[in-house]
Amino acid sequence: MSNELVLAVEDLTVSFDGFKAVDKLNLYVEKNELRVIIGPNGAGKTTVLDLICGRTKATSGSIKFKDIELTKYPEYKIVQVGVGRKFQTPSIYENLSVLENLEISFPRGRGVFGSLVFARTQDVVDRIMEIAEMIFLSDQLEVQAGLLSHGQKQWLEIGMLLIQDPELLMLDEPVAGMSVSEREKTAELLNRISQGRSVIVIEHDMEFVKRIAHKVTVLHQGKLLAEGNMDAVQSNPKVIEVYLGH
Amino acid sequence: MMNAFYSKWLGGKRGAIELAVLAAFIFIVMPLWLDIFRLNMVGKYLTYAFAAVGLVMVWGYGGILSLGQGIFFGIGGYCMAMFLKLEASDLASTARQTTPGIPDFMDWNQVTSLPLIWEPFHSLTFTLIAILVLPSVVAYVIGVAMFKRRVGGVYFSIITQAIAAILTILVVGQQGMTGGINGITDLKTLHGWNINTNSAKYILYYLNGALLIGAIVLCKFVLSSKLGRLLLAMRDKEDRVRFSGYDVANFKIFTFSLGAVISAIGGAMFTLQVGFMSPSIIGIVPSIEMVIFAAIGGRMSLVGAVYGTLLVNYGKTAFSESFPSLWLFLMGALFIGVVMVFPNGLAGLYDTYLKGRLEKVMAKLRERGPLRKLSPVKAGVQK
Amino acid sequence: MDGYSLTDLWSILVMQGFSGLSLFSVLLLMALGLAIIFGQMGVINMAHGEFMTIGAYTIYLCSKITEQYFPALMPYYFVIAIFAAFAIAFAIGYLVEFSLIRHLYKRPLDTLLATWGLSLIMQQIFRSTFGAREVSATLPDWLMGSWKPTPDIDIPLNGLFVMGISIIVTIAVVLFLYRTSWGLKVRATTQNRVMAGAVGINTKKVDRITFAVGCGIAGIAGASFTTIASTGPTSGSLYIVDTFLVVVFGGASSVVGTVLSAFSIAQAQSILTFFMTEAMGKVVTLMAIIVILMLRPEGLFTSKVRR
Repeated sequence: MSNELVLAVEDLTVSFDGFKAVDKLNLYVEKNELRVIIGPNGAGKTTVLDLICGRTKATSGSIKFKDIELTKYPEYKIVQVGVGRKFQTPSIYENLSVLENLEISFPRGRGVFGSLVFARTQDVVDRIMEIAEMIFLSDQLEVQAGLLSHGQKQWLEIGMLLIQDPELLMLDEPVAGMSVSEREKTAELLNRISQGRSVIVIEHDMEFVKRIAHKVTVLHQGKLLAEGNMDAVQSNPKVIEVYLGH
Repeated sequence: MMNAFYSKWLGGKRGAIELAVLAAFIFIVMPLWLDIFRLNMVGKYLTYAFAAVGLVMVWGYGGILSLGQGIFFGIGGYCMAMFLKLEASDLASTARQTTPGIPDFMDWNQVTSLPLIWEPFHSLTFTLIAILVLPSVVAYVIGVAMFKRRVGGVYFSIITQAIAAILTILVVGQQGMTGGINGITDLKTLHGWNINTNSAKYILYYLNGALLIGAIVLCKFVLSSKLGRLLLAMRDKEDRVRFSGYDVANFKIFTFSLGAVISAIGGAMFTLQVGFMSPSIIGIVPSIEMVIFAAIGGRMSLVGAVYGTLLVNYGKTAFSESFPSLWLFLMGALFIGVVMVFPNGLAGLYDTYLKGRLEKVMAKLRERGPLRKLSPVKAGVQK
Repeated sequence: MDGYSLTDLWSILVMQGFSGLSLFSVLLLMALGLAIIFGQMGVINMAHGEFMTIGAYTIYLCSKITEQYFPALMPYYFVIAIFAAFAIAFAIGYLVEFSLIRHLYKRPLDTLLATWGLSLIMQQIFRSTFGAREVSATLPDWLMGSWKPTPDIDIPLNGLFVMGISIIVTIAVVLFLYRTSWGLKVRATTQNRVMAGAVGINTKKVDRITFAVGCGIAGIAGASFTTIASTGPTSGSLYIVDTFLVVVFGGASSVVGTVLSAFSIAQAQSILTFFMTEAMGKVVTLMAIIVILMLRPEGLFTSKVRR
């Protein structure tokens, strides 16, 4: 595995009315890495993703994505340089078909006039088919997205990110609400898509984390508590204290 | 190419039929049925329909409720009125004024020379360009200021309403510049062509109808493009669109500006057909009435907006002649009813009650023959 | 500003300042009502101005009745009439919430339109009942005179009285929100509707009462209004845009913010009015607010929250 850094978060702090949701956090993610962030409720996991993708503005500190400083970028630019983000509850366009959901996410014609002249050409269709295959939805292309099962909606949102081919993919609880067999398939999917890009996953389900994680980061009260491979983290006394201590 | 035009600009079979019916209604039924006085009145209502069509785009699809659509209607109207007024104020006809050659109301207000911003309106080319450019610039500035900072929802509505209020106060207050509360009146000719004759009124009516249908076709094209789907997507999950790499604000600014330009064209046609422009057409109340035109027609239906406008204005004229106090009750009830009882307006009522029956009738007719040739154009070939 | 000496300017400032205080009082009461409703339910009541008009007409009716039947009570009726103004506006607000608003939560833009329709209907009812011409309540004598701290300065008593009402109502609102169990329920619902419902608060009832209280306060605003101007069917509708701007400018959820923003807007308008025309004073004030809102859309007195 190469050691090329894709994401370097340094001294990141955000405070809401004096409450520090993220406190002097350092986080480094390498290329081809699949990192899982765990931590108790309110540890600041989702806030970290919000900060990286620009949804929340940092109070201080820096977020570097391949030497690009993201803290000053608006959200859409962060996406355009190659950072994709999936929300905790599946965020798809319920009134559009699966195909249209993927088509809208296709990274071309993102400007006003570009979108006016955008046409569904063969390369777009091919790419949609390829992604649909990957997310197990080839047979549902014409289905209205609102009618999909919860798990399928999660996949669709992952697909909407994949079609943009981001270098850094951030997934907030991707298997929440999934059945056991859906979890299996998702683990497989995540292992496949982490080839050639970096993935950050927030997850609560430890069995699932074990299956996918290369490296685990534990957050607690906005601070880094522990980092390392799954076994090391699980036997870390500080982590045990946080999870079982109260 | 033809297919692309058919599906993108007309909106497929259903869209084409809708447009054909509307065109027949405006171009054939109305002129045959009504005398020129009434037809001119319908023409006036149809200028409001521009604003309503703009609102379908901005409010229905863009999800942004502008309560200041009268601003743009007014910009178009005043630009046109300024040009016509200058033409009506030539030296010969204003010879008896203290300062000949300037509009009469300026003379009454002791203005002794033409204000600088009036000067370019001697040129028709400039005026026509201003009618298109000025509202888009104003809408763009408002849009950038609001949408880039994510001001939306009721905030946007009330701020646009406040801007309409400011503009009205300014126009009323600057009598020497704008004609004040009376507005700009006594408009006579367009490049020497008398706009008050019956033949001119017919021509203007048809021009107005053609422009209106053109505006609807343009909107249909926008809606059939990816931009149209993005607008729908934004109303559903704005954050998802943003995190798919789109600058959401730009799409709102575009839609708002498009609605503004369309309204301004309506305003200019209003001036031409009615022969005056005044602040009573552009303030808070007319602006919010434009919303009700769109709402009655069906907030998501471009063609419906035209019928909604005609219906409400017909009701207004009929009632305020005979029962003026009843009209306000009815108007109030319309606002409440369209929100509580039939949120999709006439278009919604048509879809629920009439469409099925009409289709049955059409199917029967088709079996018998004459309409068969019209039907089999495949929809959705290449988007 | 040439032609005014420094003392002149000072007197003008004080006097315009005090006349601004009357406007401030009305705006503040209107804005408090609107802010409570907007803060809690996220809906704008475009008929809020008409509730003010209801209050004003209530005072007018009370004054006529007292004049006719109980002339001896003339000096005192006003105080009771204020309560009547609150009660009637409250009751009608309650009805409106029940029959209209509660069906429209989560559709703020539709509420805007529906309440606009309501305002048209109410205006027409006023016109049919009281006529299109403006009416004035007969005010008690003790409200008429003025107070002259220096020979140049002339401060009308009604302005001071109106100020007093606003201060009392504001304090009452703050006490209501922060010291009563009802207030606690209102704040809980404002912050997290679902959770409030889950812990057993009847959020529907809270909404209804909150809406009615907001309208009732607008009724008191109407009572204040009668002491500085005469009442017509559309008197209230003239205030709705200003009021909303006060609310937004102050940051919808803060009472202190609402007070400060009502104060600055009323003062700006009143002092500018003296140096320009009234219309221009209003234009400049509105423009300034819009520009400031564009720079800081969340209002002047809000805090950053975690999403």
